[in-house]
Amino acid sequence: MGAAKEIHQRSLAELARGLDAGDFSSRELTVALLARIDEHQARLNAFITITGEEALARADIADKARASGDAGPLNGLPIAYKDLFCTKDVLTTCGSRILENFVSPYDATVVERLNSAGAVMLGKTNMDEFAMGSSNETSYYGPVTNPWNTKLSPGGSSGGSAAAVAARLTPAATGTDTGGSIRQPAALTGTVGLKATYGRVSRFGMVAFASSLDQAGVITRTAEDAAMLMGVMAGFDKRDSTSVDHPVADYVGGLSRPVKGLKIGIVRQHFDEGLDADCAEKVNAALAALKAEGATLIEIDLPNIDLSVPTYYVVAPAECSSNLSRFDGVRFGRRSENSEDLLDLYSRSRGEGFGAEVKRRIMTGTYVLSAGYYDAYYLKAQKVRQLISQDFRKAFANVDVIAGPTAPTTAFAIGEKTDDPITMYLNDIYTIGANLAGLPGISVPCGFADGLPVGLQLVGPHFAEEAILACAHQYQQLTDWHEQAPGEFA
Amino acid sequence: MSLNKDQIEYIATLARLKLQDDEIADMVDKLSRIVDFVDQLQAAPTDDVLPMAHPLNMCQRLRADEVTESDQRDQVQKNAPLVEDGYYLVPRVLE
Amino acid sequence: MSTDWEVVIGLEVHTQLATKSKIFSGSSTAYGAEPNTQASLIDLGYPGVLPVLNAEVVRMAAKFGLAVNATVAPRSIFARKNYFYPDLPKGYQISQLELPIVEHGELFIRDESGAEKRIGITRAHLEEDAGKSLHERFDKMSGIDLNRAGTPLLEIVSEPEMSSAKEAVAYMRKIHSIVRYLEISDGNMQEGSFRCDANVSVRPRGQKELGTRTEIKNLNSFRFVEKAINFEVERQIELIEDGGEVRLETRLYDSAKDETRPMRSKEEANDYRYFPDPDLLPVELDAEFIEAVRKTLPELPDAKKQRFVDQYQLKSADAEILTVSRALADYFETTAEKSAAVAQVAANWIVGGLSAALNKDGLDIRNSKIAADELAGLLDRIEDETISGKIAKEVFDAMWLGEGSADEIIAEKGLKQITDTGAIEKIVAAVIEANPGQATDYRAGKEKLLGFFVGQVMKETGGKANPGQVNEIIKRKLAE
Repeated sequence: MGAAKEIHQRSLAELARGLDAGDFSSRELTVALLARIDEHQARLNAFITITGEEALARADIADKARASGDAGPLNGLPIAYKDLFCTKDVLTTCGSRILENFVSPYDATVVERLNSAGAVMLGKTNMDEFAMGSSNETSYYGPVTNPWNTKLSPGGSSGGSAAAVAARLTPAATGTDTGGSIRQPAALTGTVGLKATYGRVSRFGMVAFASSLDQAGVITRTAEDAAMLMGVMAGFDKRDSTSVDHPVADYVGGLSRPVKGLKIGIVRQHFDEGLDADCAEKVNAALAALKAEGATLIEIDLPNIDLSVPTYYVVAPAECSSNLSRFDGVRFGRRSENSEDLLDLYSRSRGEGFGAEVKRRIMTGTYVLSAGYYDAYYLKAQKVRQLISQDFRKAFANVDVIAGPTAPTTAFAIGEKTDDPITMYLNDIYTIGANLAGLPGISVPCGFADGLPVGLQLVGPHFAEEAILACAHQYQQLTDWHEQAPGEFA
Repeated sequence: MSLNKDQIEYIATLARLKLQDDEIADMVDKLSRIVDFVDQLQAAPTDDVLPMAHPLNMCQRLRADEVTESDQRDQVQKNAPLVEDGYYLVPRVLE
Repeated sequence: MSTDWEVVIGLEVHTQLATKSKIFSGSSTAYGAEPNTQASLIDLGYPGVLPVLNAEVVRMAAKFGLAVNATVAPRSIFARKNYFYPDLPKGYQISQLELPIVEHGELFIRDESGAEKRIGITRAHLEEDAGKSLHERFDKMSGIDLNRAGTPLLEIVSEPEMSSAKEAVAYMRKIHSIVRYLEISDGNMQEGSFRCDANVSVRPRGQKELGTRTEIKNLNSFRFVEKAINFEVERQIELIEDGGEVRLETRLYDSAKDETRPMRSKEEANDYRYFPDPDLLPVELDAEFIEAVRKTLPELPDAKKQRFVDQYQLKSADAEILTVSRALADYFETTAEKSAAVAQVAANWIVGGLSAALNKDGLDIRNSKIAADELAGLLDRIEDETISGKIAKEVFDAMWLGEGSADEIIAEKGLKQITDTGAIEKIVAAVIEANPGQATDYRAGKEKLLGFFVGQVMKETGGKANPGQVNEIIKRKLAE
């Protein structure tokens, strides 16, 4: 049940028990993981910054706190932060050259809460630049590789977090999800990825990509671990106007809710030719397993779901084109040298500082907001978004959760999809709907196709984190996909 | 729908992005494809639909009028690209 | 044949709201701090920061809306106005476009003929102010100070219904008066808390279409507004009459040269790509909120002016002057209430001598060297004939210099009016005796010489004899 496991194989919950039992100290745990991170960094490139010294300092504080009975709920437990979260006095790059020298003067709310609970920060994980990408290939700091096959992408944009957790370098890492950036890499790396309801977790300190779609979450190996972390991260923050003042449920306590009687909606449109046949098989098997436990599978229709990717690729670039205007080389970040005039300063700082995908999205966004195009694109997309949300609302009148594949294929080769932007965008086809409607979603490993992980996605109505976590947890009690580690990282 | 080079250059200026020649050509191609792709939206039945700006139907919270921030200049300007006498410097702007 | 030109003017007034903290952050709005010491991470547009709306800003905007009979929107939206400029840290300004907080208001001014004219207020919306740039101080560089970035602004947009520079100034003065009455702005133009942009165009009288307009930005005094508009109108007329066309452009007023010129940095038309700010939610105000704000409305200038005319029987022109500011109006009322004299007397003194003294020393009524109750004391001494009106001026000057109260100064300088008939009679007799020639001439019919005798008596009494009594006694004695 965990006693025979090595330290890096243990889940967060198992580590917590081990620390409490005195099996090892937080320092020992931290030293072990830092060593693994170092060992595999060149191969995986999962981290941009490794905060070795700070980690050991925090571990020592945690050990003292445990001894004096002062321990917070995550005392001494390791965590890595996606480099999109601002961390005080630590380099925060967002995977971009334009922030290559940006040491944040403050902590994001998510970081504050996890640190206050006693978590030990191991480092900042690699990511697609400014969270724009589905393969972690757009990072200025080089691509992240998938521990299951290092020629393959781990997915994105939270690729570094997913790879680090899959490779057992850390039991947990935070991520952000705007169109699927937590769930899709989780599916491609055989880990659990949870995105909260929009407004559930504070966005203060989480560098904005698309403000009305961005939401924080975690990547772990078990639903139980995700529940532990979400319990600390979730909650109202007065510094975020879009933060919701809604009570935080006891996610860990709610995990034992049985699957029996659960009404699971299956989206007809999701099981079409776009979905790889082997993946479909694994997802269907998972659904069958849930049915065998007493869940009811109900076919539902989301009539406008096919428009979710084009809708997203109008709304997200529009918002990001505005959000990224603050990166101009004037007050922080990288400034181009020898500027002739102000226009030159701006254009070159940004032209040199941003990568190709980011520039494409800024350009797309600028275009769809520009005079003459606003009504046809941005306004239109926000209306279609309303339609898609209505579809979900109608569906949830009849079902408790919606289940299906997280991604259309298993992990793809690095470099394979970078030529045509649309092909890359279609990776998010099953995940984007939840972002447009602000719904919580989780991906949980449900098997392997050709030796590569497949993910099952569960989406719930607003604030139904408890329900989807419970369903995922119960599924993990029936299966052991999540216990399987990629060969050299076992 | 295809965008042309002039449009791309205009958008790049609005967005303050200096593009190299090869970037411009790539941008013309990729943006045209993206715009083609999102043009699917035109067919959607949205006549009686209100645009959605937020996933949740919430309204803006108001905060009390209190001064809660103090002088952070020194700490913040430690990492600024170019400052003098507390001012951020940029190439001179003519009005 | 010369065209009869009609001038069309619309004004956009930007007034800084007098809150303690900024519209979206908890930084102080105090004027004059060292550069960038009142610029928080939110004001600086750092990665990851978010705006949270100041409640007082909303209340103040609603208050303004109610004061100008406008609709306070039950639902309003913040929008991003996207453009790049060093004093705009986020690369966008949070403003309001389609659903502003206030719409369809009005106020009343006097036009050139003195008749009342209604000027429509199209809308008033909330936005954040930008920072400041210093262009002269650093070699080849501009220095950016973001203390002001994020200060709340209320932008008040008029209908293009003013027909002359004078009307424009009257409107601007009225807005200035209202925002100070409401205590939502200090209206300090030197410090930049009250600025005006003027949209000016001309067209041949009778033409329906508006001519092309130009926008003159950042006028920060009533005088400059008037001069800038007058210059611009002439410039446009000359241009058109010479066969040219007015260009749609933004211009600045150069007060040293008394001319407007195009603003270089705004030469290219900017596409602001407005869209609703996704970091902020719709502002929803219910009837309860608006009622609570309505209860805080003070008596407004127009109502106060009418009341002064009705209650104190003041001349309309005086009431108008006294109600320009609440402080001045309150000063007048305190004086009028405390003094036994008729209110018009207080009005005369305040509009006359007191205003002159304040202007000379560059003081505001709130820093008057003579308090309202002290002035009332002086007026009472005139009323009860302790001193004459002429002596009162001397007492006033002494009070202004801080020499004491009216009573103290009258006693100290022995300025009490001489009303003792016997004493006056003695002096009159002496004067008549000393001037037999004039006495004979007066008795012969030169009645104008009365003034001479009055003057002599006044000279003898150091001006302290009661003028009415002096007149009467001289006439009587000369008739003997």
